[in-house]
Amino acid sequence: MAAGTMRSAKRDTWGLVLTVVSGIMMITGLYLAFVFAPPAVNLQTAVERFTQRIMYFHVGAAWVGFFAFFITFAAGIGYLWRRTFFWDNLANSSVEIGLTFMTMVLVTGSMWAKPTWNTWWTWSPRLTISAIGWLMYIGYLMLRSAIDNPPRRARFAAVYGIVAFMSVPINFMAIRWWRDIHPAVVASGANEGTGGFNMSPNMTTALMFCIAAFTVFYFTLLYHRMRLGQTEHEVETLRQEILYR
Amino acid sequence: MPQPSSIIADGTITRQPPPFAYFRKVWAIVAKDIAAELRTKEMLSAMFVFSLLVIFIFNFAFDLRTDNANTLAPGVLWVAIAFAGMLGLGRSFITERDRGSLEGLLLAPVDRSAIYLGKFLGNVLFISVVEVVILPLFIVFFNQPLGIIVPLVGVVILGTIGFAGVGTLFSAMVIHTRARDVLLPIMLFPVVVPVLLAAVRLTAGILDKLPFEDVQNWLGLLVAFDLIFLAVSYMMFEYVVEE
Repeated sequence: MAAGTMRSAKRDTWGLVLTVVSGIMMITGLYLAFVFAPPAVNLQTAVERFTQRIMYFHVGAAWVGFFAFFITFAAGIGYLWRRTFFWDNLANSSVEIGLTFMTMVLVTGSMWAKPTWNTWWTWSPRLTISAIGWLMYIGYLMLRSAIDNPPRRARFAAVYGIVAFMSVPINFMAIRWWRDIHPAVVASGANEGTGGFNMSPNMTTALMFCIAAFTVFYFTLLYHRMRLGQTEHEVETLRQEILYR
Repeated sequence: MPQPSSIIADGTITRQPPPFAYFRKVWAIVAKDIAAELRTKEMLSAMFVFSLLVIFIFNFAFDLRTDNANTLAPGVLWVAIAFAGMLGLGRSFITERDRGSLEGLLLAPVDRSAIYLGKFLGNVLFISVVEVVILPLFIVFFNQPLGIIVPLVGVVILGTIGFAGVGTLFSAMVIHTRARDVLLPIMLFPVVVPVLLAAVRLTAGILDKLPFEDVQNWLGLLVAFDLIFLAVSYMMFEYVVEE
């Protein structure tokens, strides 16, 4: 207990390094997306060409969103196996960050869809499933907040995180079975005529860098959120110790 | 090992467990739930009336006619089944807790997974009973040919298995939460979307008399998710009821 208190009270070198690195990467990502990457050649209007640049952040956020939910799934298994606060803290922190990024995915997607599809929202499979995935992890947080007993909360959240993640793979099957209006950027849909598109090397560089920048940003947020969770946990433990001395 | 002799007639005490001993224990839990339900019939009647209400409400909300029935009917059927099923699933463990029989159930000398399977089969059975009554009415109200009932029953049962598989697990979880029955639909519906989606697509395929090749992907998806959800819930149940 005392060691844990000492650790989080120490100067936070890692947090500082992560924050500075992800800050530099995000600014570089902005430069790459808005200046370095060429405008799309096959889009008709200037608005379409400009909103196309949202793709660099949209794809990065979507990747981080699903990656965060995968981490929650893995942390759930870790918790049921080791039963330590670390895994529960990891699962909870990752859901909160994943939800934030999924919200960003839905918002940026709508902003792009309005000039491109002429509608904010369409019930395309990818969109529907992203929205349902978002609701699923809102359910995760609601479940957590409805349980008072910390070990039980951690256990149930782990179980829910594992079961909920089972329905995520459908997102990747869906785009092949439905005729989906959503472009397939990563899954090389361009050749199959499923709404994908070919990117020039500079666009690919910008996209890959943005995905990397968002990943580093995810780990930065995760680090700070877990540190906060650890501190909360320590404060709670100290309070219990004082109350029941 | 004491056996509930009123339920298992030849519950002989043997060192070597008899064949199918595990399934007899599962059946004992199903039989207990059936007996309890037959005495009150409160859950079945509520589920049945509720699913009828859903069909009626959709009927005037969407202004259903013969020309648009085929596009809307699959959704209506599955909303009715899902909402009625939710009622049944919600009761599944809440009644155990309210009657104080949950501890007794957990203390029973059976594997925890047998409790899950027993509860799951009971839930599938109750929802299926409601469906058996609802399906002919559905055909009548939406003017469908009687012949579709055979493939429809198959799809409905497959959909129910996936739905009840996760539902039974979550039902055991929500009894320990503050919000209880409010939380169950919020947790369950997003997770079982793949099952409901495949079931709705298959139902639409049956109503539109599509060739099997057009819907076999969805059938595969439905069966796959039934198996995944059942297996995962079966494994996870132990962690939910471990205290």
